[in-house]
This record gives sequence, C-alpha cells and structure tokens, in this order.
Amino acid sequence: MSASNTPAYSRRTALIKTLASAGAATLLTACMMFAGPPKGLDYSRTRLSEGGLYRATIRPQGDSIPQGKLQRWTLHMETSTGTPVDSAVVSVDGGMPQHGHGLPTKPRVTRALGNGDHLVEGLKFNMGGWWVVKFRVNASAGSDSLVFNVRL
Amino acid sequence: MLRAITHSEPLAVVMSMVAGVFASTLISASADRHGPGGRWSAEERAALRSLSIATLGPVPADPSNRYADQPNAGELGRRLFFDTRLSANGKVSCASCHLPSRNFQDDKPLADGVGRTARRTMPVAGTAYSPWQFWDGRADSQWAQALGPLESAVEHGGDRTQYAHVIASDYREMYETVFGRMPNLRGAPPHAGPVADSTRSAAWQQLSALGRDDISRMYANIGKAIAAYERRIGVAPSRFDRYVDAELAGRRHASDDAFSSDEEAGLRLFIGRANCSTCHNGPLFTDNHFHNTGVPAPATALPIDSGRAVGVRQVVSAEFNCTSRYSDAKPEDCDELRFADTDGAGLVRAFKTPSLRNVAERPPFMHAGQIATLADVIAHYDRAPASPFGHSELKPLRLSSTDRRQLEAFLRTLSSPLTAPQGYLEPPVAAAR
Repeated sequence: MSASNTPAYSRRTALIKTLASAGAATLLTACMMFAGPPKGLDYSRTRLSEGGLYRATIRPQGDSIPQGKLQRWTLHMETSTGTPVDSAVVSVDGGMPQHGHGLPTKPRVTRALGNGDHLVEGLKFNMGGWWVVKFRVNASAGSDSLVFNVRL
Repeated sequence: MLRAITHSEPLAVVMSMVAGVFASTLISASADRHGPGGRWSAEERAALRSLSIATLGPVPADPSNRYADQPNAGELGRRLFFDTRLSANGKVSCASCHLPSRNFQDDKPLADGVGRTARRTMPVAGTAYSPWQFWDGRADSQWAQALGPLESAVEHGGDRTQYAHVIASDYREMYETVFGRMPNLRGAPPHAGPVADSTRSAAWQQLSALGRDDISRMYANIGKAIAAYERRIGVAPSRFDRYVDAELAGRRHASDDAFSSDEEAGLRLFIGRANCSTCHNGPLFTDNHFHNTGVPAPATALPIDSGRAVGVRQVVSAEFNCTSRYSDAKPEDCDELRFADTDGAGLVRAFKTPSLRNVAERPPFMHAGQIATLADVIAHYDRAPASPFGHSELKPLRLSSTDRRQLEAFLRTLSSPLTAPQGYLEPPVAAAR
C-alpha cells in the first residue's frame, strides 16, 4: 500500500488543494479590485449607437476631461446616413462599472444648438478611472442608446 | 543538490510557489513601470502631483456672495464668528465648536452648543473649495452653512430678530459700510424667527412680509460676512507636499521633506491597493461627494441619520440656497444645485468625504465621531463591514498589520499649520468679553 493512499495523506492533499485554490482566489480578487479598466475599451469620441440608428460625437470643453468639476459637453448626433438630428429627446445616465455606482450628478441635455448639436450640462466625474456615459435617444429614426467610455 | 520532497513538506512548497509567483509578478511589474532609478511610475507621479497642495489654485469665486472677497466683510465676519451674543444663552459662538486653535473643531464626537447635536463638528479650512457644506451637503455655500447653526435649537439657539438687534446695536457702522443701510428694526420684537420654538415662530409670522424679508436679508448678510472670514482660512503645505515637491523635482530630500520607509510605503498604499485616493482625491484629499462607507451606528442613541438622501432634498428647497432671493448668483451660476443628484440609491446614509488635511490632529472620526483613532479608521476601511442601513461602497482590503501601520504613518504627514490673514485665528479683543 503506497503512502499516497493513506487517509492522513489524502487529508493533507485536500488541505493543500483548498489552500492553493483559496490563495488563487485571493490573488484573483485582489487583481479584480485593483485592476485598471478592461483592456480593449473603445474610448473614441465618435460612436455608433447600439442599434446602429445614430452616429454621435461628444465634444468636451477641452482636450482632457477634468476631475471633480462640473462641465458642459456638446453632443453631435446624425442618423446613420449622415443627416443631423436636431429634434430628439435625450436622457443621460452613466457611472463607474467597476465601482457599481452611477454619476455623482444628474446631467441633462438642456437645449438643441442646431446642426445636430445638443448641449449637455451638469456632467461631473468625481473619481479617476473608467466611466461610462450613456445617452438614450428618441428621435424620428427611432429609439437607441449611445454609450461612451471615458477615462480620467 | 536536489532533495526529494517528503510527504511532510508539500504544503510549504505549494505556498512558497504561490508566494514566489506573486512576488516575481510584482517585481517584474515594478521594474517595468518605474523608470531607471525612479521610485514612482509615471502614473504614480501624476497621482502624487494631483494630491499636492501646489495644485490647489486660488479660492474659487462665490457668485452667490458678492461680499465674499471684501476685507471689511471678512473683518465683520471674524467678529461675528467669535461673538457669543449670537446665541440663546450668550455663551455660544461659532468658535465654541470651531476652535481656531484646534483646526476649527472641538475634539468631541458630538458638538455641544446650547444643547447636544447629532453630528461631529467639521473643520473650516478649505471649505471654500467645496460646493456642499455639512456632512450631508444641505447647504451649498459657506454663507448658507453659517446660517444653519445660528437658528438650530441645539447649537446657537437664537433667532433672526435677536441677531438683527445685535448687529444694530454693536456692528451698525461695520455692517452699513459693507452692506448699505440697515432696515428700521423698530417693529421687530426682541425674539422672532422661523425656529422650532413656537412663541418665537408665532412672533415671526406676525411680522409683515416686508419686515420678514428685511430681517432675513440682514440674516443672510451675517452669513455672507462669516463666509468672507472663513474663506480665507486655508492650510499650509505639509511634509507630504514638500516630499512630493522634492520627488517630482528629483531633488535629494532634506530633513523637512524626507519620508520614512513606512511613510513612503503608506503613501504607495494610499494611492494604490488601499483605494483611499478613489474618494480622498485632489489637493484637499476629498472628492466633495457623499459616500456610504458602512460607518457603525453611534454608541449614543440618536435619530436615524440618512445623510445625503435627506440633505440633498433640503438644499434644493433651502431658503438660502444659490437660487434663492438672498443669493447674488445668476441661475446659471448655480449648476451644482441645478444638476444635483436628488434620488440616487447611493445617497442613503452617504456622508461627505472629509478632507484629510490635518486629519491626525482631530480625532474622533466620522460623522458622529464613532471611531476614536486613526488606526481604528484604517481597520474599518480594511474590514469593510455592512452599513447599518443603505449599502456600503467598501470592499474588504485585506491589509496586513504592517500595511495599516504604514497607512497611518502616511496620514500623519498631512499635518500642517493653518493659513489666514493676520489676527484671523485669535478672538478680536472687542468680542472676547
């Protein structure tokens, strides 16, 4: 009878397996908690809506998006065929997917500026990291959602 | 020499293999991220810069208070801040709880005015940078904040006509220099105001609408003068700021800007895996927002405190907010209020992220002074317990006792003297009666 079949050895093996998997789980959790944003996120400022009905561009005020300051963006919207969308009901939502919380403010599209441009007011990002800003658009071409990734 | 693994050793071997893989990953990551000889990666250097007081900038304008930067208003505010006649019993001034010699706080879990309050006194330095005041942000300016305690039954306990009469009898000239002619107070009873006390509240209702408005405007001006005083109170660079200056400039450290190895490791944890700088960000170490961090219920029996969930409802309808008739701001200057989140799930039992400047100088901690020491605060964030109600944003950190000690060592480097114009930190001679 080999030593590996003794009850004592089996218990030890089970213990080792448990500890090793617990260690791996701890490492994995730690990595998930402290990891940066997922790789391969599209941070481009021009995106096609999820259902393909609209193409939109966000224009923050400067090149970089400041942390902790209220800001106004311009949202430019066109149909998929390139016609500017001026008449639309747009709601704004978002948050930090890795933190599980939403935006710290309630931004709104406050007016249409013409030529497909819309003023978005009340945006704020109070933490560094990966944020998502979603626009739900309801216009004559139909309802669709635009999702932008933002990294601070 | 290779040695056979006996059956008594596999546990140690597996664990050392796990540790070895983890350590070598860290070492190689660290070698990749840091430049040759550099102690901090480019990303870490950006984080250090963002926390340095050198990036703070001048005190932002307060469009809701056109007197905010008038020295005469600041001087009047200074006198009012220390004046105990602005209270029900003649014994309580702003400085009774906001002691200038103690970083404008009182070292107590719950503040004592004419009665006992339900919250911890907050420090004043740097609050001009925040869009929200109080633990729950129920005021949107320093001047609106100052008016809350004056009418609270447990803080100053006084009322509007009482305060107007104090101004008329003792500060008339100073007041009129700043704010213009004072209204006639002949019809104003000694005690009246929209306060909890029914007699004084009834007396207030008997005044004409015009009389109430005149007195409320004087009351708002008291707040604006106090704000003109408070907004000039700041913090000097700390050893942390000097350390960052030297690190970013690649300078050798002198005795007043060096960090011990514990302090340096604590800083690395603070901006790294302890996640502190997620909320404690920017040069004042606050995101000026509200978070439920599962702080335990106070030991003293207090009414349920829903924090920001209630505070935000109060501020949007507040008599003295940015869009009120007593504000000097245009509606477009009040975007924080216009776009405030009024119903998010995360507001329940969320409290304002306090600045960590001088944090080691002012235990106890949290909104009702629930936690006595810095070490216990760090242990709380490490453990991340569930919130008494609402949902805590925290996740357990799994810090070692060394990590916790190092974090505390770092937090102690954030202490520095306050900055203020000459004489601002002492009671005026005339008010020290």
